[in-house]
Amino acid sequence: MTTLIKYIKSFTLFELMKGLKLTITYFFKPKVTLNYPNQKGPISPRFRGEHALRRYPNGEERCIACKLCEAVCPAQAITIEAEAKPDGSRRTTRYDIDMTKCIYCGLCEEACPVDAIVEGPNFEYATETREELLYDKEKLLRNGDIWEKQISENLKRDSKYR
Amino acid sequence: MTSLSFELTIGILKIFSFVVPVLVSVALLVYLERKVLGAVQLRKGPNVVGPFGILQSFADVLKLLTKENLLPSSSNKFLFIFAPMLTLILSLIAWAVIPISSTYVIANINIGILYLFAVSSFGVYGVIIAGWASNSKYPFLGALRSAAQMISYEVSIGFVIITVLICVGSLNLIDIVESQKNMWFAIPLLPMFVIFIISALAETNRLPFDLPEDEATLVAGFFTEYSSISFGLFFLAEYANMILMSSLTVILFLGGWYPPIDIFPLNAIPGIFWFVIKVFLILFVFLWVRATFPRYRYDQLMRLGWKIFLPFTLIWVVITSAFLFYFGLLPN
Repeated sequence: MTTLIKYIKSFTLFELMKGLKLTITYFFKPKVTLNYPNQKGPISPRFRGEHALRRYPNGEERCIACKLCEAVCPAQAITIEAEAKPDGSRRTTRYDIDMTKCIYCGLCEEACPVDAIVEGPNFEYATETREELLYDKEKLLRNGDIWEKQISENLKRDSKYR
Repeated sequence: MTSLSFELTIGILKIFSFVVPVLVSVALLVYLERKVLGAVQLRKGPNVVGPFGILQSFADVLKLLTKENLLPSSSNKFLFIFAPMLTLILSLIAWAVIPISSTYVIANINIGILYLFAVSSFGVYGVIIAGWASNSKYPFLGALRSAAQMISYEVSIGFVIITVLICVGSLNLIDIVESQKNMWFAIPLLPMFVIFIISALAETNRLPFDLPEDEATLVAGFFTEYSSISFGLFFLAEYANMILMSSLTVILFLGGWYPPIDIFPLNAIPGIFWFVIKVFLILFVFLWVRATFPRYRYDQLMRLGWKIFLPFTLIWVVITSAFLFYFGLLPN
């Protein structure tokens, strides 16, 4: 009897029809594709993307050149040089991040006592040359100015979990 | 003299009126294939070039045209270039006898089906020549596989066609379609219809029978060494063959240009429309099957062809002819 059923199944292409039925249901299902440059996936407020140096609302740099980020950086991607300003505050004269070394661990962000260095939500900063990925202080501050709105919002949204 | 040149012009125009739509349908089919595969895999498929990505195939052809045509140094140069041409010519030449409607056909010859069968058998030469002329192991193996596979499945296709011919009593394709005015052969000859579609898949080297171009074992099969537009010609020929085989299915089993039911709003629509709809329906089945099934192993393919399809179709030829003889339904 079972062999008879087996033969009937194989001659009516039963299993093949089952497979075809499955694929046709998938054919009509909604598609999961995102039209990438026009449509982007959601990003967590903790997302660790491109670095940025932030400023206070009055335009003053947050960074106090404590060099904690430089010390904590496991890839040693950060280089900082600092000196005292005429008003006696410590400020960086040089703040470089080698983005080719960076492993995006987010430790610099966590080490920073004044929330100056942060990893922003931007992940689309591919360049054509390697040199463009050696960020200096100017570039980082410019990133901060561009992304400040989203960065501060993300920090606020994530603050209750820290 | 003038009447001869007039007829020649008409003939050439007629040929163009077949070849151009076929080539456009090939472009459409490639696009459709990517869309169908994408949809089954929950993707969207090409959607950037042109509205809904419909111009994607034309962009691909342009890309192929601008590339360099590489000639392997140890290849047989003449045959290497000749093979894709032959394949494409053979897949286009068969359209000479395909009737799109009861009056619209280039050559209405009384042995149409025999001609089609001969031309499709020739198709294997393009593959064999390409595989041999490349002078490389993977194309050679692909060509051998293709030759064995196409010959095996042509046998069962032959018996399927014989079954249909017993019911019709004519080798003319128009007669074959017109004898299906009341009932499509797909209904009384359903098993043959299914076998014909499966054999057509094998005949056109489509999945799940695409062993000649099995990328997992043979890189790209017989066209491994081909690049640029000579690769493009193989590609065109493969898809033109698919369209040819599905229009043959439509002619043999799905009543050609006849509407599904012969009632007013349906039979007012021109036959060419029904023909194209049916052809694309069969093509959709081809793509659907491709999206569903994994590739056959080579010995399984041969087993299916020789040990299942051949006896089955042979028995069915006997059953059909016995049935027709017993009930006195044999055509005169």
